[in-house]
Amino acid sequence: METITITMKNQPALYLEADCVSPDAFAGMTAAQIAELSVYEGNVTGTLGKYFDVTGSAGTTAADTKIIVRGDVKKVKYLGMKMSAGEMVIEGDADMYVGAWMTGGKILAKGSVDAFAATAMKGGELTIEGNAGNYLGAAYRGDWRGMSGGKISVKGNAGSDIGMYMLGGEIVINGNIDVHVATHAEGGKVVIKGDAKSKVGGQMVEGDIYIFGSIDIMMPGFKPAGEVELEVEGTKGKFAHFIGDMGERHKKKKGQVIYANLYKKI
Amino acid sequence: MTKIVTDVICPFCGTLCDDLEVAATDDGKKIIEVYNACVIGTEKFLHSQASDRVTRPRLMQADGSYKEISYDEAAEYTAQMMAKAKKPLMYGWSSTNCEAQSMGHEIAELAKACVDNTAAVCHGTTLIAVQDIGLPTCTLGEVKNRADRIVFWGCNPAHAHPRHMSRYSIFPRGFFTGKGHKNRKLVVVDPRPTDTAKMADIHLQVTQGQDYELLNAFRVALKGEWLPDVVAGIPKEKIYEAADILKSGRFGIIFFGMGVTQSLGKNHNIDEAIAVTKDLNDYTKFSIMPMRGHYNVTGSGEVMAWQFGYPYSVDLTRGFARYNPGDTSSIDLLSRGDVDAMFTIGSDPGAHFPFNCVKKISELPSVCIDPHLTPTSGVSKLHVPVAFNGVEAGGSCYRMDNVPIDCRKVVEPPEGMLTDEQFLIMVRDRLKKMKGVA
Repeated sequence: METITITMKNQPALYLEADCVSPDAFAGMTAAQIAELSVYEGNVTGTLGKYFDVTGSAGTTAADTKIIVRGDVKKVKYLGMKMSAGEMVIEGDADMYVGAWMTGGKILAKGSVDAFAATAMKGGELTIEGNAGNYLGAAYRGDWRGMSGGKISVKGNAGSDIGMYMLGGEIVINGNIDVHVATHAEGGKVVIKGDAKSKVGGQMVEGDIYIFGSIDIMMPGFKPAGEVELEVEGTKGKFAHFIGDMGERHKKKKGQVIYANLYKKI
Repeated sequence: MTKIVTDVICPFCGTLCDDLEVAATDDGKKIIEVYNACVIGTEKFLHSQASDRVTRPRLMQADGSYKEISYDEAAEYTAQMMAKAKKPLMYGWSSTNCEAQSMGHEIAELAKACVDNTAAVCHGTTLIAVQDIGLPTCTLGEVKNRADRIVFWGCNPAHAHPRHMSRYSIFPRGFFTGKGHKNRKLVVVDPRPTDTAKMADIHLQVTQGQDYELLNAFRVALKGEWLPDVVAGIPKEKIYEAADILKSGRFGIIFFGMGVTQSLGKNHNIDEAIAVTKDLNDYTKFSIMPMRGHYNVTGSGEVMAWQFGYPYSVDLTRGFARYNPGDTSSIDLLSRGDVDAMFTIGSDPGAHFPFNCVKKISELPSVCIDPHLTPTSGVSKLHVPVAFNGVEAGGSCYRMDNVPIDCRKVVEPPEGMLTDEQFLIMVRDRLKKMKGVA
């Protein structure tokens, strides 16, 4: 695997849209060619080389390419957008849309990321060592197809609206989350090892949520359904089981109504 | 002598009352009295007659004082600002007509700007929810003639839309509602005992920030499923009772306002409220309608959606329209420092935006087009006073139920004053020359 490193040298005055920073776009290019790729600051089109030093070389395919992003990229959007293979390491904090619409490969964000990370993710892995913002693994505005595959792991906390319209895949948050999780979900699995606030699983059709900490306010649409012994993410324990959202539509399989499940650790 | 101008449209709130009568002097220059309007509407007409009104553009000087300049100079300044900026924000639009909005959008396309209207801090969340699950709605005429179940959720029309209840929702006697308010049941959901709530058959005093839970409980109650004993501060018996009242009507309508769109849950509250409406249609005919604030905020959404495909928070910086509130919405752009010029028209972000955003406006090159002196005109570098739309200029406006109504010109503006549209045409023509477009 070949490695290419981009290092921030000239901070943008506004925010920079760098949707070309992905193994798919870099594959088969030399450092000089990569530095010529277009990035956007407001309505002005510039080159990647104007803002970043580009060193190393890319592999012949995306799967053969690893990108290391260095320096302060707090004002850079769309890192790793639509990537399908390969690897990417972001050494500091990044702005919105990290790994949005990604279908494969791995992203490791060593800092925190802002909102809309892994929007409508289809596959691959996104690991965030800091905190994640709002709308992690959610659908894009107006779309009813959220995250459908892959795995998102967050070591810190996450914001609100995570996993909105989720269809599949897995989100694991080590810390706490804000309101609304897996709203409108029709599949997938969300594990929250910390506390949740309220509106957990609202309008959920199908899918599973596991909460290890507390829930401030339960949704009235989730009905108690006993207790179960489970092993979740390597932790064994007793969980209170709820089914819901009772107000929402649900599918039937073999004559049985399929509800979404909410498990809260006791 | 005076002359009476009839069938005047009130350019204040989204109810867009169309039965006003205005007494004006014979030369058509002064308004003497306004009939049929509510106190806010009357004030809007009479305010235009103020003797200390600003009638010429004013440019802020380095020492904070103002220098009067001509409309030509103001148009040149505005065009220069739009041409130089990398990411200008054009915000407002809700208190002007659709013709001016359309002209403004031409400027936005030329300058590759972000365009946003007041829905961003108002019913924008409604528009997100509508995109997510649709909107079973109707016109206010249908409410007047058919509705016998009225819900006001998180809104207080007694103060914010004063004639809404008498013209459409509670008191009028319509074709199938001959007994007026006597055969209408009113349910009000509000954490405060408002003047609207005092008139309700049932007032559900929901715990603040838990509208989403209560709406969800309504859906569960409609399906006859299990509920916890208390939801959002309301005992379950009361929720089942209210659900039965709504189910038993012939035609129902949910009106909702800022109390649900901008409290915790935001777009999800509306999403769930629309789902409640949808569920109620299993039993009877039910509709839902946002209580839009500015008289033409609905029109701005219509024009923006018609021209760019999205109703607010449109980002044209890359030459095509993008929309993602949270990224392209005014508050986020300003508080994150993602704009470098501010153009305000027909609204007052200085009074309604968070302080850090207002501070940002004061630091940027900024133009405010507004007939009034407002906090926004106070922090903007250039203030361009224009004729009052709906009083001194006509044009298309959209009522809260998406019905277009042509506003009327009642009197002449002070001599030499331009309308929003006339000023925007001057800016567009200059910008075209600067950009080398024919």
